[in-house]
Amino acid sequence: MKLQVSHSPHVRDKATTASIMRDVIIALLPATFAGWYFFGIRAMIITFVSIAACVGFEYICRRVMKRNNTISDLSAVVTGLLLAMNLPVSIPLYMVIVGAAFAIVVVKQMFGGLGNNFVNPAIAARIFMVIAYPKAMTSWTIRTGSWLSLRSVAAVSSATPLTMIHTSEAPSMWDLFIGNKAGCIGEVCILALLIGALYLILRHVIRPWIPLAFIGTFFVLSFLFGHNNVFNFTGDLTTLTGWSDLFYESCYMICSGGLVLGAFFMATDYVTSPLTTKGKLLFGMGCGILTFLIRYYGNLAEGVSFSIILMNILTPHIDDWTMGKPFGEVKENVKA
Amino acid sequence: MRSLHAFAGGVHPLGNKNTDVLPSIHLHGFPEVELLMQQHIGPPCTCVVKPGDHVDVGTLVGRADKPMSVPVHSSISGTVKEIHYVVSANGTPVEAVRIESDFKHSINPFCRPPKVESFEDFVQMIRDSGLVGLGGAAFPTYIKVNPPKNKMPDTLIVNAAECEPYITADYRQICEHPDDIIDGILEVMKWLEIPKTIIGVEDNKPLVTRIFSHEIKKRVYKTGKHPDIEVKTLKTIYPQGAEKMLIYTLTGRKVPPGKLPIDVHTLVMNVSTLRFIGLYLKEGIPLTRKRMTLDGSALNTPGNFIVPIGARIEHIIEAAGGTREEPKKIIMGGAMMGVALDRIDHGIIKANNAILVFGSEETTLPPESPCIRCARCVNSCPMDLIPCGIDKATRLRDTEMLEKYHVMDCIECGCCTYACPSKRFLTQSIKNGKVMVRAERARIKKEQELLAASQQKGGSSPS
Repeated sequence: MKLQVSHSPHVRDKATTASIMRDVIIALLPATFAGWYFFGIRAMIITFVSIAACVGFEYICRRVMKRNNTISDLSAVVTGLLLAMNLPVSIPLYMVIVGAAFAIVVVKQMFGGLGNNFVNPAIAARIFMVIAYPKAMTSWTIRTGSWLSLRSVAAVSSATPLTMIHTSEAPSMWDLFIGNKAGCIGEVCILALLIGALYLILRHVIRPWIPLAFIGTFFVLSFLFGHNNVFNFTGDLTTLTGWSDLFYESCYMICSGGLVLGAFFMATDYVTSPLTTKGKLLFGMGCGILTFLIRYYGNLAEGVSFSIILMNILTPHIDDWTMGKPFGEVKENVKA
Repeated sequence: MRSLHAFAGGVHPLGNKNTDVLPSIHLHGFPEVELLMQQHIGPPCTCVVKPGDHVDVGTLVGRADKPMSVPVHSSISGTVKEIHYVVSANGTPVEAVRIESDFKHSINPFCRPPKVESFEDFVQMIRDSGLVGLGGAAFPTYIKVNPPKNKMPDTLIVNAAECEPYITADYRQICEHPDDIIDGILEVMKWLEIPKTIIGVEDNKPLVTRIFSHEIKKRVYKTGKHPDIEVKTLKTIYPQGAEKMLIYTLTGRKVPPGKLPIDVHTLVMNVSTLRFIGLYLKEGIPLTRKRMTLDGSALNTPGNFIVPIGARIEHIIEAAGGTREEPKKIIMGGAMMGVALDRIDHGIIKANNAILVFGSEETTLPPESPCIRCARCVNSCPMDLIPCGIDKATRLRDTEMLEKYHVMDCIECGCCTYACPSKRFLTQSIKNGKVMVRAERARIKKEQELLAASQQKGGSSPS
C-alpha cells in the first residue's frame, strides 16, 4: 500500500491563484464591455492585442528562463486586460505591444515572476508609455461614427474631463458616471466599474479598505482644499441644489479619470499592496493624498497611476510599520 | 450569541460530520496491542513488565516515576511478547510493549473505584488512572488539576467545540454519556473549588446544548441545587476548540504567548477527559479504551468506535468494516492537525480521536505556486501572525526575521495552509522556522555561556 505523507492540514480551500485571477477578470468585464460600447471595435482590438501580447511575452519569458509555464494562473491575462483598460482607444497597436512587453518582461518576469514584482506591471507599463509616447497616450477621442468603423474614432480629439472641468464643454455628471466621455478604454464607465468592484468584494477577493481609504481621502481633500472648496463656497445651503453644488467638484473629480478603476482594481493588487488592514488603510490614504497633490498642484492631469506606483514602492515599509501584535501578546512580553 | 468575544481569523472547512448520528460501537477481539511508553507530553514512563508476563485489562505496564509522566496500563488481557523500540507516528523512537491477546478480556482484580477524600487523593487518583488530555494534546491531566497555589482557577471551561472536520467522537460521547460528563465536571469543581463552569459548544451541534441543559436540570431535581454550569453556544469556526481561542471566546481572557490557561485562572478540559474522570470514580478501570471516529471515503462503514489503546490501525480498520478502495492517505487525528501516516501498524495512543482513511477522491496534493500576498493567511490566522512572512523568512533561513514575526507563537492550527490559494505549505514552513529559531537561541545561549566562562577565568577574550 502506497500512502501519501504530507504535513497537516489535509484539506484545502477551493480557491486557487487561477480562481482569484478569474474572479478579477470577471469583475473587469462590465467595464471592458462598456469601454467597447463607447469607443467602438478598435477598443476591442486593443484589448485582445494587449492580452495576447502579455500572455505571449509571459510564455516566451518562462521558456527563455527555463522556468515552469505560468500562463494557466491567468495573471498575465489580468495584466493585459488592465493595461488595455488604461490606454486611449486611438493608440497605435505597436505601442500596445511595447507596453505589454515592458509590463511582463521588465516589471514582472525580470523580478522573478508573479508575486515578486514590486510595482503593479500594468501601472508601470502605463507610466512607461506616458513617458515614451506622451502624445499618443494623452489624445483621447470620442466615437463619432458607427461602432464598427475603425477610422471614425480618431476623428475627434477631445480632452479628458480632468483637463476641462471648468470649461463649458465638460460632460455632465450623469455622462461621467455612465461613461459617455473621452478617456481610457476601461476607466470611463464608473457604473460598470462599481458593479465589478461589488462582485470582488462580495466574493471576498478584495477587502474594501484600500479603495475606501483612497477615494475617501481624495474626496475629503478635494472637498476641503479643491478649487471650489468648502471654504470659498458661496452657494445657498438651504436648497438641495446648494448641497449638490457643495459636493459637485469632489464627486466630479472622483468620477473622472482613472480614480475608480485605479482604486478598486489596481491599488488592490495583492502583490504590491500591504497585508494588514491597518496597512491597507494607510496605503489607500497615501494614494488619495498623492493623487490629490498631483491632480491639483502638479502638471499632470492624471495622478492615479503615479500615486499607486509610489505607494507600491512603500508597501514593504508599510508592512513593517503595521505589523500587529500576536494574539494575547501584552506590551511587557514584546522583546525590545 | 453576540455577547461572546470573537477571535479574529479562522476558516470554515467543510464540517464532514458524517458519523454524528451513528452510535459508538465497541470493537473487541484484537489479536495484539502495541503500547507506547510515552503517550503524553512529558518524559516516557518506565516499563515494569517483561516478556512472558501475564497482564489483565488495567494492569500497570509503564510506571510514571518522573514528573509530567503518566502511567500506561494494559488494554487487553494476554501475554507480554516483546519490549522493543518503535518509531511513533510523529517520527520519534519510543519504547513499546507488545501484548498478545488471550481473548478473555479479564479485568485486573485490583481495579476498583478509588476512594477520594482529599484534594491530594484526587490528584493522585487522576495520575494513577493514566489520564491525559483526550482532546488531542495529551497534556497530563494530573498537572492540570494541580495548579500552583497562587494560580487557582476560577473558571472551568469544558471544551465541547469539536471544531475539526470529520471528528464526531466527542459529540457521540456527549450524546451517550452526558451523566458521566456532568459527574466529572462536578468532581473537578468540588476538589479544585472552582465556582463556575462554562461548557462551550459550537452552534452546529444544537443537540449537545439541549442534552447538557436537560442533564443539568436533572441534577437540580435530584439535589435541589443548581450546579453553576452554563452552556454557551459558539460560532462554528475552525479553530474554535483551540484552547486559547476557546478561553477568549467564553471569558474574554487572552492567554499570553508561552503561557498556559492557568495563567489567566482558567482550566480547560475536554468533554471526553471529564467523562473519563466521572467513569473512573465509578468503575476504577484505568484509561485503556478510547472512542474514536473512523471516516474517509475509502472506508466501508465509517462510524465511531471504542477501541483498546494500542490496537494497531490496520486491525482497527479491518474490525471497523474494512476498506472499499485502496487507501491513499491515512491520517491519525483530524484533517486539519492530524499526522499522515507512512505505515498502518502503528498502535493508537490515548489522545487519538480519529483515523481518517482517505481514498483517491480526498487525497490531493496540489503543487505550490508563488505567494501572491493575497493576505488570506493573515486574515485567517487566529493568532494574528503573518504566515506568509514567516514562510519567506524560513525559506531565507533568517532567524532574526522569524523572531520579528513571532514565529514561536504559532499554534499550528493549519488555517493559513487551508486558506492559501497558492497552496503553499505554510504550517510546515512555520514549524521548520520554529526549529531554526530554537537552534539559534540555543547557539546564542551557549555562546554567551562560553563568553561568561572565559571572562570569569580572567583570560583574554576568545579569538
